[in-house]
Amino acid sequence: MTYIRPKFRHPELPKNKLGYSVDFYEGALSTLCAGCGHDSISAAVVEACFDLNIEPHRLAKLSGIGCSSKTPAYFLSNSHGFNSVHGRMPSVATGANLANRDLIYFGVSGDGDTASIGMGQFVHAIRRNLNMVYIVMNNGCYGLTKGQDSATADEGSKSKAGSVNPFQAIDLASLSLELGAGFVAQSFSGDKKQLIPLIKAAINHRGFAFINVISPCVTFNNNPGSTKSYDFVRQHVEATATLDFVPEMEEITTNYNEGSTQQVKMHDGSSIRLHKIAQDWDPQNRISAINAIQKARSEGEILTGLIYIDEELGELHEVLQTTDTPLNQLTEEVLCPGSEALSEINAGLR
Amino acid sequence: MEPTDVNNPEYYHKVVDCQYACPAHTPVPEYIRLIAEQKYTEAYMINWESNVFPGILGRTCDRPCEPACRRGRVEEEPVAICRLKRVAADNKGDVKKHMPVAPFKPNGKKIALVGAGPASLTVARDLAALGYELHLYDEQKAGGGFMRSQIPSFRLPESVLDEEVNYILDLGIHTHFNTYVKSLKSLLDSDYDAVFVGSGAPKGRDLDIPGRQEAAANIHIGINWLSNVAFEHIHKIGKKVIVLGGGNTAMDCCRTSRRLGGEEVKVVVRSPFAEMKASPWEKEDAMHEDIPIMDNHVPKTFVVENGKLKGMTFEKVHAVYNDKGKRSLVPTGEPEVFVEADDVLVAIGQENSFPWIERDLGIEFDKWDMPVVNETTFCSTNPKVFFGGDAAFGPKNVITAVAHGHQAAVSIDLHCKGEDLNKRLSPFVNLVSQKMGIHEWSYDSAVVEDVRYVVPQADKKVTLKDRKKEVELGFDGLTGFKEAQRCLNCDMQTVFSESKCIECDACVDICPTACITFTENADDESDLRNMLKVPATNKTQDLLVSGVLPTKRVMVKDENVCLHCGLCAERCPTSAWDMQKFFYSVTKASKVCH
Ligand SMILES: Cc1cc2nc3c(=O)[nH]c(=O)nc-3n(C[C@H](O)[C@H](O)[C@H](O)COP(=O)(O)OP(=O)(O)OC[C@H]3O[C@@H](n4cnc5c(N)ncnc54)[C@H](O)[C@@H]3O)c2cc1C
Ligand SMILES: Cc1ncc(C[n+]2csc(CCOP(=O)(O)OP(=O)(O)O)c2C)c(N)n1
Ligand code: SF4
Ligand code: SF4
Ligand code: SF4
Ligand SMILES: [Mg+2]
Repeated sequence: MTYIRPKFRHPELPKNKLGYSVDFYEGALSTLCAGCGHDSISAAVVEACFDLNIEPHRLAKLSGIGCSSKTPAYFLSNSHGFNSVHGRMPSVATGANLANRDLIYFGVSGDGDTASIGMGQFVHAIRRNLNMVYIVMNNGCYGLTKGQDSATADEGSKSKAGSVNPFQAIDLASLSLELGAGFVAQSFSGDKKQLIPLIKAAINHRGFAFINVISPCVTFNNNPGSTKSYDFVRQHVEATATLDFVPEMEEITTNYNEGSTQQVKMHDGSSIRLHKIAQDWDPQNRISAINAIQKARSEGEILTGLIYIDEELGELHEVLQTTDTPLNQLTEEVLCPGSEALSEINAGLR
Repeated sequence: MEPTDVNNPEYYHKVVDCQYACPAHTPVPEYIRLIAEQKYTEAYMINWESNVFPGILGRTCDRPCEPACRRGRVEEEPVAICRLKRVAADNKGDVKKHMPVAPFKPNGKKIALVGAGPASLTVARDLAALGYELHLYDEQKAGGGFMRSQIPSFRLPESVLDEEVNYILDLGIHTHFNTYVKSLKSLLDSDYDAVFVGSGAPKGRDLDIPGRQEAAANIHIGINWLSNVAFEHIHKIGKKVIVLGGGNTAMDCCRTSRRLGGEEVKVVVRSPFAEMKASPWEKEDAMHEDIPIMDNHVPKTFVVENGKLKGMTFEKVHAVYNDKGKRSLVPTGEPEVFVEADDVLVAIGQENSFPWIERDLGIEFDKWDMPVVNETTFCSTNPKVFFGGDAAFGPKNVITAVAHGHQAAVSIDLHCKGEDLNKRLSPFVNLVSQKMGIHEWSYDSAVVEDVRYVVPQADKKVTLKDRKKEVELGFDGLTGFKEAQRCLNCDMQTVFSESKCIECDACVDICPTACITFTENADDESDLRNMLKVPATNKTQDLLVSGVLPTKRVMVKDENVCLHCGLCAERCPTSAWDMQKFFYSVTKASKVCH
C-alpha cells in the first residue's frame, strides 16, 4: 500500500519569471476524498500563483474549519498559513492584515464555515472592505461532518439519504453584492479555464474579492436530485463571459469587436478582458450585476464568471488612513515617541 | 483524433518501453518484480522462456531495453535491467524441474541446424519438445557459437555458458561438433525436412594498407585472434599492442591483450570518441584497465623494419557534418602520428560469408551476396531453408539471434505441418486489474528516487592476471532489490473507461508528471500534442485518447513520462482509471515452461 506522491515532475515543466516551476507552489498530498471538487480549486490556486509569479513568502493562507478549510495545507507549502476556528477566519484575517498590510491575504472557507457559523464575521469583512481574497468552496453541505445540509443548499435539493431540503438557500454572491463587495465572482471547480483567471484577478483586486465556487462533495452530495452535483452543475452553469487576466506588462494585441468585449483596468495596470456572453450585463454596474444574477436564479441557472467589479472602492487601510509602513514594522521609538510628544499632543487638545 | 484502439495489444505493449525495445520482448517489469520478491527461480524462468540465455545475457546483452527505459526520461539513468537479469541467474534455485524433460515422443520430422550459436540453439529449444529430431552442426568443439569463441571469459565465465547451452543440448539434441558443413546441397539431399542456417557472420574484415604483407606475422584479425585465445591456441601477445577499431570487438581485443602480456595497449579509432560503435560501458571498462582510446586517427601504414613490425602511422582527422548530418572525416593537416607496436589487432568489422552454400539451390542472394530472407518468417526463397541470427541480416547480437530463432522455429513447425507460414499466432496477452482495496495495489506503486546502483567489480590487480577471472561481481541480493525497486512497473497500465468518468479533474490535479489533460479534441495529432498541459514533444511516445465525454471534451494522456504510480486511479472517485497489469508474451513454437 502506498500513498506517496512521487517527487519526479515532468522534465519539461515551464518556469515562471522567478525561476520556479509549478511544483514549487504545490502543497502536501491532499487527504480529501478522491474526486472532491475542493482539490480542483487547490490546483487552480497553484496554477494562478505560479502564473502571477508570486513569491510564496508574500502570501498568507487563512481558513476556518471544514474540508474546504483544510485545503490550504494542500497548496502553497512555502507560504504562511493560519487554520483558525470554525467561522472565525475573517477576524484572523482582519488582525493579520491590519498588522501587516504588505502580504497577500488568501482566505478559504466553506459554505458551512461562511453561511452558518461564520456569517457574522463574513459580512463585516465585506463591510470593511478588507483587502483579501475570500473563496468559498461551496458544496451545499457540511462535508467534514458527514454531509448535513448547509445554508447554501437549494430548496428542494435532495441529500444522499433521500431527504429534501425545506429551506431557502442563502445566495452568497447576491449577498456580497448587496453588502457592497468590490469584486464578486462565481465559478465551478470543474472549470479551471474560468477559475484560474478569476483567482488571478481576485488576487490583484485591491479590497475584498469574493469568489463563490460550486465544488461538489463527491461523497455526500453528488447524488441525483442534488443541485450541487457534478452533473447538475454542469447542466445549469451559464457563464457571463469568458475571461482572460492580462498582466500589466502584456500588450493587448488582438482586436475584439466592440460590444462583445469589455476591458476592465485594474488599479495596478493589469486588466481583465471579458468576452461577453450575457449581453445585457455590465460588470461595472452593480444594478446590472444584481439583475443578471437574479435573472439567472429565477431561471434555475447558476451564473458564473466575473459578476461585479469596482476598482475605485477604498480598502480598509485607505479608509483608516493607516501608515504605509506595515504596523508590524514600526519600531518602539516610532510607536512610543515619548512623553514630550505626548505633551505636545495634549497641548494641541487644550 | 480518433479514440485509441487499446484492443490492439501493441498499444499497451509499446507503453512497456523496455519490453517493446527488447528484440525477444522479454516481460522485463514482471521479472524485475519477482527479483524484488526474491523469487529468483521464477524470474529466471520468465527470462528463459523468452530469451533462452538469462545468465549469459545478464552479463553480455547489448541491452537495447536500457536506452528505451522510461526511467531514463524521468531522471538520468535507466534501470539496470540487464544486470538484474544476472541477479536472477546467480541466485536461482532448481530451474531444471520447470523445463521440459527429454525424451519426447518423436513426430517423425528431422531438422538440420548449421552453426551452434544462440540462433540455432533457440530453434532447437523451441522445437525439441514437439518431437523433432534435431541435428546441430558446428565446426567448433562445443556449442555456443560466438558466445564461446568471441565473448571473453572475463565477461562470460565458461561455466555459465556451459550451463545454459547444456539446458538445451539435454533436450535430446543430436550434436555434430568439430564438423564443418561443406555443402548445403548435401544436407538438402539427405532426409532433412528443413534446414536452419545459423552460421553467423564469421569473417573478420582486413586492412589492406602498406606494410600489411611484410608485417603479417604480427597482425591479427580480431575475431580470429579472440577465438584462438578462447580455444587456447594463443596464450600471449607483445608488450605494445595497437587495437584498430571502435566497436565491441575492439574492446574485447584490447582487454584480452592486457591479460596476455600487453602492457601498453592502445585502441586507435577513426571516428570521434562519442561516435564509436562500442557500448559506453565497454569503453569505460577498457579505460578502467588503463587502455587509452585515441580517436580521430586514420591508419596509414604498418611500419616494418628488418622484416619486423615496429608500429603504425596515422593521419589525424576531425569530423565534419554536411547539411544532412552525414559525417566525413577530414584531415587536420597535422603531421602523421607514429605509434609503436609489437602486435596489431584488426577489429574493424565482420562480414557474412557463405562459401558452403551452393548458388543453384533456389536460394536467392542479393547484390551484397546476402541471402534474401523474409523478415517475419525467416524463410529464404527455398521453402525448406531458413536463416536466423547474424547469418540472416548481418552481425547484430545475441538477443537478436534469439528473437530470430523463436520466429524461425514457428515457421519450421508450420512448414513441417504443411501450413501457411503467414498464419502465425498472435502474442499471448492478458490485462488484469491490480486493485486490492483503497490505496492498495498488488504492486509497489511508490516511486523510489534512488539513482542507479553501480555493479561492483573485482580488483583489477587480480583480473588482469587471469583472463578467465570474471570482472563484474554482480549485484548482491540487497542491492539487487534496491535496483529492482527503481523500476516504474510500466506494465501496470493506466486503463481509462470514459463511461465512468465524471470529469472531476482529480486525476489531472494529482498526476505528478502532468500526463493527463481534458481538452477539446483536434483533428491533427500534432495540434492535440500542443494543446496538452505540458506539450507532448516526444513523438515516439503515444497519446491515449478517449472517446467524447459529456462536456464534449476528450481525455488525453501522454504516455511519455507516466510514472505508473497509480495516483490517478487512487484519486478517481468512480474507478474510471484503473491500474491493470498487462502481460505480453511472444508466441513460441512450443510451451517451454511449466
Ligand atoms: C568479439 C565479439 C564480442 C561480442 N560480444 C557480444 C556481447 O557481449 N553481447 C552480444 O549480445 N553480442 C556480442 N557479440 C555478437 C554475438 O556474438 C553474435 O551476434 C551472436 O553470437 C550471433 O549468433 P548466431 O547464432 O547468429 O551465430 P554465431 O554465434 O556467430 O554462431 C555461428 C556458429 O556457426 C558456426 N559455423 C559457421 N559456418 C559453419 C559451417 N559451415 N559449418 C559448421 N559450423 C559453422 C561457427 O563456428 C559458429 O560457432 C559479439 C561478437 C563479437 C565478434
Ligand atoms: C465551533 C464549531 N462548531 C461545529 C463544528 C463542527 N464542524 C466541523 S466542520 C463543520 C461544517 C463544515 O462545513 P463547510 O464549511 O461547508 O465545509 P466542507 O466540509 O463542506 O468543505 C462543522 C459544523 C466545529 N468544528 N466547530
Ligand atoms: S466529504 Fe465531501 S467535501 Fe469533504 S473531502 Fe469528501 S468529498 Fe470533499
Ligand atoms: S522503468 Fe521498469 S518497466 Fe519501465 S521501461 Fe524501465 S525497466 Fe521497463
Ligand atoms: S499513473 Fe496516473 S498519476 Fe501516475 S504518472 Fe501515470 S498518469 Fe500520472
Ligand atoms: Mg461545505
